[in-house]
Amino acid sequence: MFSILRTIWLIFLHIFHKPETIEYPEKKPYLPPRYRGRIVLTRDADHNERCVACNLCAVACPVDCISLQATEDETGRRYPEFFRINFSRCIFCGFCEEACPTYAIQLIPDFEMAEYDRQNMVYEKEHLLIEGEGKYHGYNFYQQAGVDMGVKGKGEGLNEELPVDVNDLMP
Amino acid sequence: MEYIFIILGVLLIPLSIAAGLIWVERRLLSFWQDRLGPNRVGPFGLFQVIADTVKLFFKEDWIPPFSDKPVFVMAPGIVMITMLLTFSVIPFGPGFYVLDSNIGILFFLGNSSLGVYSIVLGGWASNNKYSLIGAMRASAQMLTYEVFMGLSLMGVVMLADSFSFYSIVQAQKNGWFIFPQFIGFLVFFIAALAETHRLPFDIPEAEGELVAGYHSEYSGMKFGMFFVGEYLGVTLMSAIITTLFFGGWLGPSFLPPVFWFLFKTFILICVFILLRASLPRPRYDQLMEFGWKILLPLALLNLLITGAILIFIK
Repeated sequence: MFSILRTIWLIFLHIFHKPETIEYPEKKPYLPPRYRGRIVLTRDADHNERCVACNLCAVACPVDCISLQATEDETGRRYPEFFRINFSRCIFCGFCEEACPTYAIQLIPDFEMAEYDRQNMVYEKEHLLIEGEGKYHGYNFYQQAGVDMGVKGKGEGLNEELPVDVNDLMP
Repeated sequence: MEYIFIILGVLLIPLSIAAGLIWVERRLLSFWQDRLGPNRVGPFGLFQVIADTVKLFFKEDWIPPFSDKPVFVMAPGIVMITMLLTFSVIPFGPGFYVLDSNIGILFFLGNSSLGVYSIVLGGWASNNKYSLIGAMRASAQMLTYEVFMGLSLMGVVMLADSFSFYSIVQAQKNGWFIFPQFIGFLVFFIAALAETHRLPFDIPEAEGELVAGYHSEYSGMKFGMFFVGEYLGVTLMSAIITTLFFGGWLGPSFLPPVFWFLFKTFILICVFILLRASLPRPRYDQLMEFGWKILLPLALLNLLITGAILIFIK
């Protein structure tokens, strides 16, 4: 009996509380920097595409919404010939971002991507690719590891050891 | 000529209050739940009522092919008719009433019991097991609570020496009946909640268990009639409680009596909504047990004590 009256009183006091609602289109909610929203492809500091078309994001994607075709330019650097994300399927789980070895694919705090036509939800590479570096400034995959791309010599990367002489038994 | 205005007023004031309650309830509930509620259509979202009505009118009014069609169509009207009829005996102010019946309370009790036909027939005609369960629950609940709803009012009748609402208000000139009849007020309030099957006692439509209970199969304006009927019931019960326990239109004379009546009614409606916001729904057997084992003896005891004291004084 007392608990019922107490409940009624406490609920009544809520009329003096500030509402939690954010009136969305007029007031934008705060989105933390690591919010998982629209997916972008970033470039490195030298303005080259970070993506090396390794297909790991497409493999990691649980709803198979990423499709890409790898190709090489004249110097032998791999890049995607096309890169297509079907956002009508994407569930914004961020697995592609985690799988990416080069920090190329990133999820950014933006969710305002509604469309009237479902076909417009399919983003091509020119829609995905941005000019900046996204969340990881100064990172260049070819400085860390990988083949000689004119950035560093073979085995001279930051976290890399020199190549092993396969004809030698010495460690 | 004057009669026509009074009748129109008595008809339109409750109807517009009931329609406005759709917005008031949603807004108040949202404040109590730290939300904002509908505030987009018009100032403070006031035109939400119009938007909802237009929506209900333009919805497909589907009559299920497996239903009992005449009864299905008739059922939602009954609750509206009985609730609106009852307003005719309620005095909104001195001279502002349709009928000063000397059996006003009996008329009200009878009419509000007739309202259960709407639910039972609606649930029955829907030919749907959830609707039928809802209807059965409603009839059992109403039967239970009707018994001591009447009994709890007898204390007021004894004090005022009349069944007429007008005389009962007149008898409260020297003090509201809530003070000598507090137990009667409590019992009647709980019975009124159950009678209008408002949220703590909305067992007939318990959406967690019975889809939507007796109005599962209803759509469009027929559903809207049930909906408005429920709000009319809330308005009616608040008006009755105001008349019987809070001195009706009596109040300081710097404002017109009708204002005091509507003001007290509105406060009581807000209490109805507050109870909806704060209390969980009891189980069906708990409701029955509460009614028969606690409230009925309480009402009888109240009756007995009031009678004894009155005989002792006179």
